[in-house]
Parts: sequence; structure tokens; C-alpha cells
Amino acid sequence: MSDKPAVRRLGDVVFSNLTKFSGVTILATLALVAAFLIVQATPAFYADDLYAAPDGFWAYVAPFVFGTIYGSAIALVIATPLAVGIALYISHYANRKVSQWLGYLVDLLAAIPSVVYGLWGIQVLAPFLIPTYTWLNENLGWIPLFGGQLSATGRTMLTVGIVLSIMILPIMAALIREVFLQTPRLHEEAALALGATRWEMVRLAVIPFGRPGIISAAMLGLGRALGETMAVAMVLSPSAVISFALLTSSNPNTIAANIALQFPEAGGTYVNLLIATGLVLFAITLAVNSIARVIISRRSEFSGAN
Amino acid sequence: MSIEFAKAKPMTLGGKLPKFFTPGAVVLALTVAYLFASSASVAVGSELNLIAVAVLGFVIFALISSAASLAVEGARKAKDRFVTTLVTSAFLVAMVPLASLVFTVLTLGLKRFDAEFFSSSMRNVLGSGGGAIHAIVGTLEITLLATLISVPIGILTAIYLVEYGRGRLAKSVTFFVDVMTGIPSIVAGLFAYAIFALIFGPGVRMGIAGSAALSVLMIPVVIRSTEEMLKIVPNELREASYALGVPKWLTVLKVVIPTAIAGIVTGVMIAIARVIGETAPLLLVAGFTASMNYNPLEGRMMTLPVFVFTSYANVGTDFQSYIDRAWAGALTLMLIVMLLNLGARVVAKVFSPKKG
Repeated sequence: MSDKPAVRRLGDVVFSNLTKFSGVTILATLALVAAFLIVQATPAFYADDLYAAPDGFWAYVAPFVFGTIYGSAIALVIATPLAVGIALYISHYANRKVSQWLGYLVDLLAAIPSVVYGLWGIQVLAPFLIPTYTWLNENLGWIPLFGGQLSATGRTMLTVGIVLSIMILPIMAALIREVFLQTPRLHEEAALALGATRWEMVRLAVIPFGRPGIISAAMLGLGRALGETMAVAMVLSPSAVISFALLTSSNPNTIAANIALQFPEAGGTYVNLLIATGLVLFAITLAVNSIARVIISRRSEFSGAN
Repeated sequence: MSIEFAKAKPMTLGGKLPKFFTPGAVVLALTVAYLFASSASVAVGSELNLIAVAVLGFVIFALISSAASLAVEGARKAKDRFVTTLVTSAFLVAMVPLASLVFTVLTLGLKRFDAEFFSSSMRNVLGSGGGAIHAIVGTLEITLLATLISVPIGILTAIYLVEYGRGRLAKSVTFFVDVMTGIPSIVAGLFAYAIFALIFGPGVRMGIAGSAALSVLMIPVVIRSTEEMLKIVPNELREASYALGVPKWLTVLKVVIPTAIAGIVTGVMIAIARVIGETAPLLLVAGFTASMNYNPLEGRMMTLPVFVFTSYANVGTDFQSYIDRAWAGALTLMLIVMLLNLGARVVAKVFSPKKG
């Protein structure tokens, strides 16, 4: 009404600037940290006399990049169908009371620390899998994936993939379940009213609605698996090779596990080298998460259901 | 009469398998699979492989139920049954490792879950005995410091984003919080190391550096959950407060925050539960030690997750007692995380604003 500017109270000015300051603090800290990290990493890119990396930085990091992506890919291949199954079971198959408790259970499982998964993976899962590995190696050894010298301890790439998939299952299942539960009721009831069986209803109404959710959950699970450190560091018997073999004891290590295992004893330029590999890992996860975010935002824009 | 009866019989089956069909078929399939696998294992002379029994049982059940349903109920129903089998067994397959994990941690963890474990450190302990009190104290101190750093920054930033932030600055804060969400924990450890190494020289290890690394992981979680909670506070409450002449900052502090406090506290507790189990960053910047260290500003500091890892990784001569301590540490850690999660649920239930 009036042209007079609103009264600026002291409390308002102080409080709003305080909140703004904390936002700026985050930006400043991130910028500083990124700068320090790049400064610490730079020597590794140029130095050619690194003790740990005689062939230069990229030759050093290549097997780890491969191992990181390979292990996470195995985890994703195992976890995605299972996560969709769990989500469907909780959202559309189990009865309502049970499904609420199952939901709590899945949320709790998502919070179990990774070091516990690692301990379980090496002490329980790996010995348990050895007979199966032996069978696979003997009978399907002609497939390169299962061939090679069988590991006697079960500390193989496949075990790592399985442990990683178990770790990312709860979070993926929880995300997909949320999306499935948002399926418009009318679509489901319309399908059932036309005489569809439950599976036909799921295929016609739930899956098409949830597909972007499944994809983004898979990407977020992938992001988690890529950065997962302790379970891999504890379970895998590592070496610096690029190999697709799943059951041998010479496996490509992952970037994160390599840092965790080497850093406590590292000194001098070796620290710079490890920090540089950390930057590579950060770049990979950043790319994966960005793709996931693009898919999620697309979904909210073009969701045909609303 | 008899003709009618003969006609009625297919009607009662009515293209529908009886209710007891599914449990019956499960039992049948598993029995057949078990008998087959055990006779095969006797023939080969190896141990019975439970995975083989489960896989075989699943295949037999899927075959029986699909075939029976195809014969009695038709192709569409058969497909429906097959998918139900798939979905249910996916769920069961996923539950088996998780149940095994919880069971193992409980049974093996309880072996050393005794008074000594909670009263002594690992100083001068080489074989059996010893405990994790130094690690528990370290975890509590480092997590508490991380909480003290993250919660004010996180909540204030969330208030900024929801109540004040417009324009470029708010957009870039949102973007970088998103970036922070995706930082792998080990990279957060390297972040903290890079800063502290610059100030204190290379090879730095101290508790506060661990807190800084955990804060990097915790701040985005606190911001996200607080933001969500502030957004669902109805605008009418704010407008009513303004209409009474209350300044904006008091409206936020006395109306908006109290309304959302239950959700905010829940979010903070879940964020704590998430970072309290972090191992990798603490391994890098807080290091590990066998002795008690109360001072987060100086020297290496043991934490519970790192205790679990090093007990397993650096086993001494008495292998088994190290592994037992690792499991007891894992059980302690899991109990803390579960308690925090349950506590968060209780807070959400008890303190949420009452309606009417």
C-alpha cells in the first residue's frame, strides 16, 4: 500500500545474516577443501619418480578404476532385480500389517555399518561360498568368468560383488518401495477392474510408473557401491591386475579400498598419489550421482500420472 | 444326478487351484530337492550344499505350480503364479543374508560382550582379554564433536534455504549440498587430511580431524532432513504469526522450529546413526592406537569401527581372541546404531505436534 520500505528490525537482520553466513560457510569450506585437495594431488600427476607408481599415475590408477567399476557393476546386477522383488513384495504382495514391519526392518538394515558387513563377508559368507565356487570352477570353468586358478579362501571379486549387493539392497529397496507405493490407485484399480491378474496389474500400472524410480535407485546404489571402502578392503584379496575372472585370488582392487589399506603406512609422495586416486574416485561418483539427479528431475517434470 | 455331479466337479475346481496347493507344493519341492541333493552328495562324497537345495527346490516348485496352474487355471493365471513365486523368493533370498548377518553378530559378539570389554583398553594386551573402552570413548567424543559442528551449520543453512534463500546464492548452496551428499566417505577423510596436513604438517592424526571428516558426511544429511521438515510446516502458521505483528526471526524461532522440532531431532539422530559407523575416514585421519586418549586435539584416537577393522586386520599370535573382540565391537556398534534409530522413531512419535 505505502511506498515506505518495511521496518528493518535488528533481530531480523542479525538472524537472516546468521543463516546466510552458515550457507556461505559451507560453500567456502568446500571451495577451500577442493583447492587443498587438488594442491595435494597435483604432484602425483607430474612426478615421474614415484616409488609406488613407476609407470606414471594413470598406469597406477587404471586397475583400481577397473576394479571399482567392475565390483560395483556386479553388485548392481545382483541387487537391482532383488531390490525390485523386495519392493514389489512389500508394496503389493505382503499383507498390509506385515509390510509396515518389513518396511521398518529394511530401514534398520540400511543403517548397519559397513565394517560389520565386511567382517561378516570374510568370516561367514566367503567360507560358505567356497563349495559353490568349486562347483562353478569345475563345471563352468570353460566360461572365462569362472575359469582360472580357484581361490582357496573365497576372497574373490564375486564375494565382494555379493557383499556390496547385500549392502546396497536395503537402501535401493526402500527407494523403489516408496515409488511403487505412489502408483496412482486409480490406475491399479482400473487394471484390476478390467480383469487383470495381479501380475498384469503390476506390469500395466506399477512398473511403467516406477521405472524412472528404479533407474534412479539403481544409480544411487551404484554411487554407494563405488565409494564403499571397508567391506572391499576386508574381503578382497587384492593385486594390481585388470582381470574379469570372478573366482581367482588375483583381483583388481578398488580405489577406496586401496586408499584405506595403503594410507595408514604411507608417507611422502605416496600420500599425494593416494589423494590423486581419491580425486578420480570423487569424479566417478560425481558423474554417476549427476546422472541419477537428471533422471529424477526429468521424472518430476514429465510424470504422466499426475 | 450322477451326470450333474460329474458336471459340478470341474465347476468346483472352477479353474482355481485349492488353497492348500501352494504350501503343499513348497513342502513337496523342498523335500524332493533335499532328498535328491543329499543322495547326490553321498554319491559324490561331499557335504550337503544348502544353496543347491534351495536353488533346486525353487526350480521344482516353480515348475510344479506353473504346470498345475497352466493345466487347471489357464496361461494368464499360470504366469501370475510364476511371478508371485519370483517376487516372494526374491524377498526370501534377500532376507537370508541379512538374517544371517544379524544372527552371526549376536552369537559371536556375545562371547566377549563382558565387563572387561567395557572397562579396559588394549594397552599392553597381546593375547586374550582387553577391551574397547578406548574405542568407545573415542567414538563418542568424535561423533559428539561432529554433531556439534554439523547441527548448527546444518539447521541454520536449512532455515536459510527454506525461509530466506532466493536467487543465485541459495541455488548454489543447494547444488553444493547435493554434491556433498554424494561424497564417498573415504574422500571425506582425504578432505579432512588435506586441510589438517596443511596446518599441522604431513602425517597428522588427531580426533578432531575425524570429526571434521564426519561433519562433511553429516551436514548434507542434516540439511536435507531439516529442509523437508521446515517445508511441511503450514504457511498459515507463519501468516498468523506475522498478522499478530511478530517479526520474522521470532516467527521462525518460536513458531516454525517448534512445530518442526520432532522431525528435525529425528533427522539429526538418523544422521548421527549414519556417521557413527563410518570407518574409512577415521582410519585415515584419526588413526588407531591401543591406548586411551581423551584429547581430540592431540594424537591418534581409536574409534569403535576402526577397532573392529584393526582387530580383524592386525591379528596377533592369539588369533581367536582378536576375532572375538572384533565381533564384540561389531555388536556394540550395531546396538548403538539400532538404539539411535529406534530413539529417532520414538522422538518422532512422542514429540510430533498434537492435532486438535
